[in-house]
Amino acid sequence: MTNKFSQVGTNVRKVDGMALATGGSLFVADLAPENALCGMILTSPHAHARIVRMDISRAEALDGVYAVLYHGNVPRILHTTAGQGFPEPSPYDTVMFDNKVRYVGDRVAAVAAETPEIAAQALSLIEVEYEILEPVFDPVKALQPGAPVIHDEPDAHVVIPVPYDKDRNLAAFVETSVGDVDGALAKCDVVVTGTYTTQYAQHCPIEPHITLCELDPYGRVRITSSTQVPWHVRRIVAQCCEIPVRRIRVVKPRIGGGFGAKQEVLIEDVCTMLCLRSGQPVLMEYSRKDEFVSSRTRHPSVCTTTLGLTKDGKIQAIRMHMVLNTGAYGSHALTVGSNCGSKVLPMYPCEHIEFKMEGAYTNLPVGGAYRGYGATQAVFSVECLIDEAAARLGRDPLELRVQNHIRSGMGSPIFKALGEGTEGVEMTIGSCGLPECISLGAEAIEWKKPRQSSGRKARGVGMAILMQGSSIPHVDMGAATIKLNEDGSFNLLMGATDLGTGSDTVLSQIAAEEIGVDTTMMIPLSSDTDVTPFDVGAYASSTTYLSGGAVKKAALLIRHQILEVAAEMLRCEQEKLTIEDGRILGGAKVITCSDVALHSLYSHNQKQIMASASHITEKSPPPFAAHFADVEVDLDTGFVKLLKYVSAVDCGTTIHPKLAEGQTEGATMNGISFALTEEYLFNEKGRMLNPSFGHYKIFTTADMPEMVTIMVPTYETTGPYGAKSVSEISINGALPAISNAIFNACGVRMMHGPFTPERVARALREKA
Amino acid sequence: MIPIQLDINGQTIEMEVVPDLTLLDLLRAVGVASVKKGCGEGDCGACGVLLDGVYVKSCLILAAQASGHSVETVESLGNVEHPHPLQTAFVDAGAVQCGFCIPSMLLAAKSLIEDHPEPTVEQIREGLDGNLCRCTGYVKQIEAVQTAAAVMKEEDHD
Repeated sequence: MTNKFSQVGTNVRKVDGMALATGGSLFVADLAPENALCGMILTSPHAHARIVRMDISRAEALDGVYAVLYHGNVPRILHTTAGQGFPEPSPYDTVMFDNKVRYVGDRVAAVAAETPEIAAQALSLIEVEYEILEPVFDPVKALQPGAPVIHDEPDAHVVIPVPYDKDRNLAAFVETSVGDVDGALAKCDVVVTGTYTTQYAQHCPIEPHITLCELDPYGRVRITSSTQVPWHVRRIVAQCCEIPVRRIRVVKPRIGGGFGAKQEVLIEDVCTMLCLRSGQPVLMEYSRKDEFVSSRTRHPSVCTTTLGLTKDGKIQAIRMHMVLNTGAYGSHALTVGSNCGSKVLPMYPCEHIEFKMEGAYTNLPVGGAYRGYGATQAVFSVECLIDEAAARLGRDPLELRVQNHIRSGMGSPIFKALGEGTEGVEMTIGSCGLPECISLGAEAIEWKKPRQSSGRKARGVGMAILMQGSSIPHVDMGAATIKLNEDGSFNLLMGATDLGTGSDTVLSQIAAEEIGVDTTMMIPLSSDTDVTPFDVGAYASSTTYLSGGAVKKAALLIRHQILEVAAEMLRCEQEKLTIEDGRILGGAKVITCSDVALHSLYSHNQKQIMASASHITEKSPPPFAAHFADVEVDLDTGFVKLLKYVSAVDCGTTIHPKLAEGQTEGATMNGISFALTEEYLFNEKGRMLNPSFGHYKIFTTADMPEMVTIMVPTYETTGPYGAKSVSEISINGALPAISNAIFNACGVRMMHGPFTPERVARALREKA
Repeated sequence: MIPIQLDINGQTIEMEVVPDLTLLDLLRAVGVASVKKGCGEGDCGACGVLLDGVYVKSCLILAAQASGHSVETVESLGNVEHPHPLQTAFVDAGAVQCGFCIPSMLLAAKSLIEDHPEPTVEQIREGLDGNLCRCTGYVKQIEAVQTAAAVMKEEDHD
């Protein structure tokens, strides 16, 4: 396809690439002043306990200690750390410090001290007497009568009208149905059902959570934080520390990866409180162990799904019952749970659908937003069951998918039924490149080619098809401001938060394309709450689609203003003029954006050419993908060697093809690693046993398969220059695609991730 | 306290350090921002430096052990105006997403190209095995190392 754009669709140099590659001081830790105190948190050694006595006096008396916080000296403000829009769909079940701990790793106290050594010593001097309570670790058991109640405090509550029953450990609940599933299943020729589980996993940004808080001479707090949600940080810190929003400035520097973990407002409240109490700058950073234990995780899941098909292969009914383990706090439980349905069930349109989701509190680490956001957990069951059904029908699983998947022009009652804490939005699919994703992916993996198994090595191939969304319609808002400088460059001030994804580059391309200049003329600044306009933040696959919409609107306004001034300068009609590569064409002579800027700033009718725009979305157009895995299973050891993996993705227009591929490859690799190696191991007391990269295995270059990435171009008319989202979708495919490939290779069905040699070998033995 | 003397990117520094100070913490304390702490346990590889030209993880080396030796970090490789071919190749390949792991990975790549001027994909995979990256899936980084190796070989000939 020829590119009709000059900036969009080109691989311009990533705006921050060289600054990062040359090791510039760009991250929070690089920006801390030398005199910053070290903030450190004492965490709970117990999974479930009441604090009956606490004495901080020895810690406070230690030389070099500036502040000690615990439940006895901070306000008890119920809130959620989820970092969502207001009012939040997650329950208000968290306080800065409580007199109860609910998992190993829960906050007990915090100190600010001159050095990390003094801070650690101060923590060791804090005396805590616990009354141990019975814990519950299994989400299904936690929901049963008689289970220990984790949130027995009277004040935990929800702030939007959704079901919430903390006395039953029920943090979130969603139920919806259309048609008559039981009736439809009774008429089906093939009914397949299974319970699929997914494990605890962590985002593993290579930069752990880190926050720097400084008081300025005006008494305002400047929070420099590694966050995906600067505006939510400002609002939630104001709430927790009982200070007005106007006293807080949040600055986002470069972020060392987030993947959802940094949507959580995790340490900013404590760091701010330490800063306010001490009057000193405070730097607080998580260790890698903290990141595993006390940060956020992918909600583990227990998902029972049933598919009913008639013998012609048509899917007639789907039932899904999802139990999510939200851990000790209900962060994102409702919305991850809703997305289990909304980002998976519409894939196969049928008239009879039932969805039920229960989010259960347990005394384990806390779930949160994690790339994929529920789709990862739910698609595992559905895509494996499609293969089970194909086997029963004697059909090619690829053909069965092609027969049933959603297409352009189709809708799903689920879009309307399942929103994010509210009702969803009715939607008809616009662009859908799924057929091409499937055919091109199949070709790349050589789907039809027979795999030769030999001796103890069995070969197999498997696939999965995927969808996600692009922003949360009618909920999320992004805004941008653009202003023109004398040299024809533009400040692009965006709320949108680049956390390493390259959104500063992609959004600069959109602005440059709309105005008619080269991308190098854009000076992007993202996410400074004092300087840039608002944006909900980098989550829900929204930045390109939503924030890009705001940038495009603001750029259009700028183009009109430039042409208005140019028409005045050239004494001609504005309609005759166009901007190309920074030059205004169509007048008696060619002038530049720089000429226009100089004129408007200094010469006549002076004004700053500048514009702001906000954008909300009416729909959440899904990107689509088809993933394929080629595996070799060692029938003796159970080791699954992933030979080749193909990700074919339709994300609409790729604004920056290499960055879009990079998003796909990164998400794919994370998904593969999740499917094959990543998991939390706990002892019987709920303590994580493997909180280090040495014992929690994420894939390296030595582990990776041959990777093939195929971007299938489509044009989504509601997105900026036809773009949809790309960041999340490709994390979801590996779990079902590899399970299907293992099934194809050796006939065992892996229903519990990850597919470690131990699990696969056990399954092989059980089959034998 | 232990007196140490070491060469950091061509500059000699002399100071006294506590015995258990790591080279990583020393480098960050003297303002070498490119050396990152991702775990402090030798697992993530974000803190790699060249110690007398050998790629090591600076969180696993004590500052006192580095005394008398020379340390090279990405600051010595190139700058925004005059980048090293590896830096150019990484940026242009799309191998830099969040960039947190990149300075160290560039040094690992430099070291592996010194050992294998025309590295195969297998050699690159082995050479970058100790550098975790959660953003990219490594595909573009492997491409970038191959591109840079070719450019560096060309420059050697010139």
